[in-house]
Amino acid sequence: MIYMSLVRYLIRRGYQSIPTFIGALLFMFILVRVLPGDPARLIAGPEALEEDVQRIREQLGLDKPLYAQFVDYVMTLLRGDLGTSIKFRTPVINEILHRLPYTIALALVAEAIAVAIALPLGIMSALRPNSKLTYVTSVISLIGASAPIFWIALMFIYVFSVSLKILPSSGADSPRHIILPATTLSLLLMGNLTRITRSSVIEALNSNHVLTAMAKGLRDRVILIRHILKNAMIPIVTIMGLQVGSLLGGAIITETVYAWPGIGSLLIDSIFFRDYTLIQGIILFIVLTFIVINIVVDVIYALIDPRIRDVLWRVS
Amino acid sequence: MESELVLKKIEEVRRKRLKEMWEVFKSNKSAYYSLYVVIAIASLILIGFIYTPYDPYDFDLSRVRQPPSINHPLGTDELGRDILSRLMVGGRYTIGISVISVLLGTLLGSILGLISGYFGGRLDAIIQRFVDVTLAFPTTLLAIALMVSLGPGMLSLIAAISISTFPVYARLVRGAVLQLINEDYITAVKLLGRSSWYIMFRHVLPNILSVIVVQSTYYLGFSILLASSLGFLGLGIPPPTPEWGAMISGGRVYLFSSPHIVVFPGLFIMVTALAFNLIGDGLRDALDPRSRMFIRRF
Repeated sequence: MIYMSLVRYLIRRGYQSIPTFIGALLFMFILVRVLPGDPARLIAGPEALEEDVQRIREQLGLDKPLYAQFVDYVMTLLRGDLGTSIKFRTPVINEILHRLPYTIALALVAEAIAVAIALPLGIMSALRPNSKLTYVTSVISLIGASAPIFWIALMFIYVFSVSLKILPSSGADSPRHIILPATTLSLLLMGNLTRITRSSVIEALNSNHVLTAMAKGLRDRVILIRHILKNAMIPIVTIMGLQVGSLLGGAIITETVYAWPGIGSLLIDSIFFRDYTLIQGIILFIVLTFIVINIVVDVIYALIDPRIRDVLWRVS
Repeated sequence: MESELVLKKIEEVRRKRLKEMWEVFKSNKSAYYSLYVVIAIASLILIGFIYTPYDPYDFDLSRVRQPPSINHPLGTDELGRDILSRLMVGGRYTIGISVISVLLGTLLGSILGLISGYFGGRLDAIIQRFVDVTLAFPTTLLAIALMVSLGPGMLSLIAAISISTFPVYARLVRGAVLQLINEDYITAVKLLGRSSWYIMFRHVLPNILSVIVVQSTYYLGFSILLASSLGFLGLGIPPPTPEWGAMISGGRVYLFSSPHIVVFPGLFIMVTALAFNLIGDGLRDALDPRSRMFIRRF
């Protein structure tokens, strides 16, 4: 029963995001049309003859009216075809899938580090207000919100790779290579996560049901886990969902500084090479991923909060 | 005569309120001192218009990558240019672009949000679908995509940053308007037969102004980070313009031997963004006692 409504809810959310995705496609299409330079000439190379450029233009359908080009574009995308990379002369989707595991690994490790530090820190500083820990917490969240991530990355490289020589600064040759990029990226998430954890634990602490649990004489551990953390999890998961955008955006910058071979550094490289099909393909891929992740987050959100679950699934 | 008295009373209450807000703001020490930090950085940038210790563009290969000294308080960069002078001149780009972008983004987003929330219906649906599309892009990615499309330069940067930030205002303002729209006093003005635009700008806008001001302050910090990130990635203003992010990008290769080229511009970016974030916290406490939760997207 519950699975049926879950599936129904998923289908409804997927269906609702179709207009957004078409809008995003249209937006991308317009951006590409505004692009300076002629894509056909770019593919043909600077020394190509005018008739060759014209031939490529016809091949790509660039001589057709704009709406026909958009329809063509959407149809090819629906076949899973993101075009051919101008530089590598291979299908764009292959390049992306080749690099994707690195970005996923980086994002997951960064999220894990952020959670592993932010949750205990947030909880402890909520339980002991006015301690040194609260101070540490606010400094971390301020740095996370105010320091440019590319600069943090460079400072980490200077301290850990150049001065102390204990961690590698670029590439992805061994598991140790992920430590610096993932830690850098996690700083972007840690601040907000710590602050939300702290405030939601404080809110749960002051609620009536926790007071009742205390009055009943339950052990502190039981109260903390069963009554405080369970309630505090809802805003924490919400903020984690909202941070996915930061995570993806931050990954682009982090990967570039550490030469981490994910799709973020591929995007920046392809901008440098003016490989427009690759640029377009990567951006579309990230946007689609972002939309899907947002749906997943909504589902998780509904799963952990019975109040939301009941409302959402009943109407679906 | 009587209406004059009422107006006087209103003016008095308003002044008292402002004074209270200022007191609350001042009691937040870090927000209060951040105000001085911003003033200091702003003066440094303003002085940069009339005087810099050295020519920020004039390179001299005989004094390349010198560490901080009395002659060059923050050292020289990879082409022998004085870093302090470059920071003073570069600030007008990094901070100036952020301020203009935030103003534009706030204006556009707030007007769309006002219209969306006040009129509702089909107009609301159209605006919100548009906002959905822009929110479907992670902010940094949207800004990068716009920069690639528009090409490097100052105007592109302003366009890219304001377009990537306005949807959040549109959402925020719409929500605030919807909360307000059913209040009795709005209904009362409507019954007086005032036009929709009059009510929107005279009665709705002043009541949600605090939400907008607080969010804009946070976004100032965020825009500085976004602008310098784009500069660092080589998508901002082309060299030799000393935009702070681009300066870090230029010194990156020499991190091993001359870290100061990277350290100082980064510190300037961080301190400025930090000051705006702290002022934002102070303003939030002072202007909006209910302290809404603001979500920062990157």
